[in-house]
Amino acid sequence: MVMAASETKFHVLAVDDTLIDRKLIEKLLKTSSYQVTAVDSGTKALEFLGLNNNDHHDVEVNLIITDYCMPGMTGYDLLRKIKESSSFKDIPVVTMSSDNIPSRINRCLEDGAEEFFLKPVQLSDVNKLRPHLMKRRTQTNVNKRKSMDEIVSPDRARARYNELEVK
Amino acid sequence: MDVVNQLQRQFIDYSASLHREGFLDDQFTQLQKLQDDNSPDFVVEVASLFFEDCEKLINNMARALEQQQGVDFRQVDASVHQLKGSSSSIGAMRVKDVCVAFRSFCEAQNREGCLRCLQQVTHEYSLLKNKLQTLFRQQILAAGGSIPVVE
Repeated sequence: MVMAASETKFHVLAVDDTLIDRKLIEKLLKTSSYQVTAVDSGTKALEFLGLNNNDHHDVEVNLIITDYCMPGMTGYDLLRKIKESSSFKDIPVVTMSSDNIPSRINRCLEDGAEEFFLKPVQLSDVNKLRPHLMKRRTQTNVNKRKSMDEIVSPDRARARYNELEVK
Repeated sequence: MDVVNQLQRQFIDYSASLHREGFLDDQFTQLQKLQDDNSPDFVVEVASLFFEDCEKLINNMARALEQQQGVDFRQVDASVHQLKGSSSSIGAMRVKDVCVAFRSFCEAQNREGCLRCLQQVTHEYSLLKNKLQTLFRQQILAAGGSIPVVE
């Protein structure tokens, strides 16, 4: 059976240093019909994305969901690295934490996270991911007609920030 | 089938009592809902990971608190924080609640308080482990299966 491009499952990269939480988020995402890759550190996430290579990455990741508290590179550090990367800044990032710290939540949202989930993450949280993925898919289809080397104008970047809800 | 109904009843009642007594909260129910044909042993697998995690973290805490030269409370707190996270993820409410108190004692650098919490968390973890093992056994029986005998 040949699947049309629009029917391909979204690929989510999940990052969490705790095995139980990795298992849980993987199950939640798979139940919601996403393809999942789960890694245990920000460093491994960047390796998977191919951030360290200058070649075209073969792997397509549609969304990154990351724990905040991790040894070494925190989820926030990872968020910043993704958003500062020319190749990956358009990938939506969601952060999660077991601690309810408003300043932490606001900082992530202000610096580019689409959502911030409090752990334990529920199916209802995962349902919130779809709009971010659908919006991206529509945009990508439009962008594919343009040159890959086009620089994103500052105005477009500003417009994105204005769309972010601050909870 | 009378016996199966009885066993199912037993399983349901036992599960309800564990919730009532605060051993498990709604998160455990969420895990049960996630279990499906693609992952028929999901809950047991998560529970096993949790117990392994518990043992490792409790050992870390005990070792850190034993240090005669001076307890590194940040190290103890790091382990408690992890245990709090794991217990929250599986719905182990009583274990999680002890962790909350435990973190306060770490912050206050109160060794006696920490040792008391360590004892409590060890106790709650043992209790929960026994109860979940009973629950899983009952679940198998209620589904009409049999428990394999380990020689």
